[in-house]
Amino acid sequence: MDQNQNKLKVSVTLLRILIGWHFLFEGIVKLYNPEWTSFGYLATAQGPFKWFFTMLVGDATIGWVDSLNIIALMVVGITFTLGIFEKVGAFVGMGLLALYFFAHPPFPGLTQLNVEGSYWFVNKNLIELVACLVIYQLPTGQYFGLDYLRKNRLTKMQEQ
Amino acid sequence: MKWTRRDLLIGLGGLPILGAVWWAGAANTVGTRRKRSEILEQLNITPSLPPAVPGIGGEPVRVGIIGFGIRGEQLCRALGFATGTWKEEMRLAAQEDPDNHALEDFMGQEKLNVKLVGICDVFDVRAQSFIDSFSTPENPIKRYTTYKDMIGSGDVDAVVIATPDHWHAPISIEALNHNVHVYVEKPMTHTVGETYLLRDAAKNSKAVLAVGHQHRQTLSFSTARDIVEKGTLGHVSLIQTNTNRNDDNGAWNYDIHEKASPETIDWEQFLGSAPKVPFNKNHFFRWRKWWAYGSGLSGDLLTHDYDRLNCVLNMGIPSSVSASGGIYTHNDGRNVPDVIQVNMEFPDYSTGSSQAKGKEKGMTFCYSATLGNGFNRPTILMGHDATMELGNKLTIWPDGASTRYAEMIEAGKMNPGVPIYQYNPAANVPDAISSATSQYFADKGLMWTYIDGVRVDSTFLHMREWLSVIKNGGKVSCGIKEGFEEAISAHMAGLSWKLGRKIEWDPNTEMLKPIEGIDFDQVLLANDNWDVKPEMVG
Repeated sequence: MDQNQNKLKVSVTLLRILIGWHFLFEGIVKLYNPEWTSFGYLATAQGPFKWFFTMLVGDATIGWVDSLNIIALMVVGITFTLGIFEKVGAFVGMGLLALYFFAHPPFPGLTQLNVEGSYWFVNKNLIELVACLVIYQLPTGQYFGLDYLRKNRLTKMQEQ
Repeated sequence: MKWTRRDLLIGLGGLPILGAVWWAGAANTVGTRRKRSEILEQLNITPSLPPAVPGIGGEPVRVGIIGFGIRGEQLCRALGFATGTWKEEMRLAAQEDPDNHALEDFMGQEKLNVKLVGICDVFDVRAQSFIDSFSTPENPIKRYTTYKDMIGSGDVDAVVIATPDHWHAPISIEALNHNVHVYVEKPMTHTVGETYLLRDAAKNSKAVLAVGHQHRQTLSFSTARDIVEKGTLGHVSLIQTNTNRNDDNGAWNYDIHEKASPETIDWEQFLGSAPKVPFNKNHFFRWRKWWAYGSGLSGDLLTHDYDRLNCVLNMGIPSSVSASGGIYTHNDGRNVPDVIQVNMEFPDYSTGSSQAKGKEKGMTFCYSATLGNGFNRPTILMGHDATMELGNKLTIWPDGASTRYAEMIEAGKMNPGVPIYQYNPAANVPDAISSATSQYFADKGLMWTYIDGVRVDSTFLHMREWLSVIKNGGKVSCGIKEGFEEAISAHMAGLSWKLGRKIEWDPNTEMLKPIEGIDFDQVLLANDNWDVKPEMVG
């Protein structure tokens, strides 16, 4: 049983780091490109929540939306790679992915813009969202990550 | 409290990953941007700014409208006047399709300092609709039975002419002779002879003549001019430009009004110089299909493409024109072709060369049109160094064998398959290397033309410029010189199609090279299959 637990921890840690890597890279690329904007992605939104996404592309809002997107991406990226506050990260990640998913949902009857595969209701955004759910429920920062030091410190302090 | 090395390894193991990803992302992005700015610096293209025109101050310009058909209504909207019917239609259209912003855009359009004072239309229903829509107790609108009455009334400062082509020159000349300002639709004239008469009238008049090629206001075209002048494309040897339409409206089969009758239409006046034929609704509403009133593809649609390019290249009148085509898709009694290919030769023209002096010179302008297929063929300028797609946005691809970009292509900084420059007036910044995504969004028509964040109709800009020149002096962007070049080039194409031979221009005498036994204007006006089959009359 213990061995299985360990295997699970290793796998989930790996999953956490890879998702973190993905989010961090997306965030950094946008952070270093001042011309990047989510305008196109949002302006072409489809599906039941189209009204919501097209509302975001206004002159007054688009700057905020872009900044918040970068910050959220980096929050997930940093918490996941470093292994600290990953529950917060996972929560933010799920929210972000839900937005991405519903802006261009892979529902039958909608045109799929700029996608490299074929999808029916389920796409990679949704899968990554569920992966974030796994991270949320099985935090591994104590096992590998900054949380290990934090928690260890507490236990060490308690021992003293 | 002490941490072992193992503790640190487990606790801080994520840090190097974070560092590596951060570094890779930053380096990647900054590197791409540097490569891009290097290309942009080399190209040194200046995107054009929105035209700034002095305000139209003082008393409002008193405008009379001559012709209130499809185009006349559009021109009135550009002046700030829309009929109630149109507003209602657009309101319903917007309800059905939230992307339809026609009414919203119209309401947001800047108000011009004009007053509509008169209408002249030979169809009672249209004249009445104009009066019903725009006449107010403070500003009653007068209907004039003839354009001469309107121009001679002394009550109009300017006229907008949106009549069939055969009326363009006679009305323009009358107005200019009375120093009344003219905005005339394209083609500027219907015959070669008229083109000279109108040029003389414009030169001798104090009034301002503007030809309705509104695309001269389009920012991408003025940017394209800068691109060509900087030698970005190298020597352009071929231009391909096209018309593709495949619907009734595009084939000029417009609706025939139910109230049209000899009682409601002044048929004699409509005919004017055209052959006297009995009252015919088909001819009245679909006049673009006959040489007697219209100019077919060469006058109607080629003129758009010709002037678009003349505005970018300033190439003037071609030294020769050959055309071929036929009536292949709408055998409905029309006598203007619905498929045409026009080749215009400019043997002495050059956009500049990056190669040995004298090696490159001359250009062909190739216009290809069909009214039987709607596939979008873009306008392409083909240069030795690069190819440019010209439209509301501009895209430039380097040529694999370019002299100018040889080093950059060799060094892998440029790739013939990847655009080196993309201009889109809707975006805030020029996009040097376009991604598939931005290409897609642009093609999809999502990137509208914005000026200060507002989508603007170029016809509005064109009319505003005309009104501003009327009030403040200056030069309109499509005046008599441009109109003359447009009209002569279009007539050469029409003549070539009709005669099945090459038509040549002598730049020294500024005349078409004569062909023995042929009267060009007679040929242009001739209607070969004049007899209209009754079943084709709507």
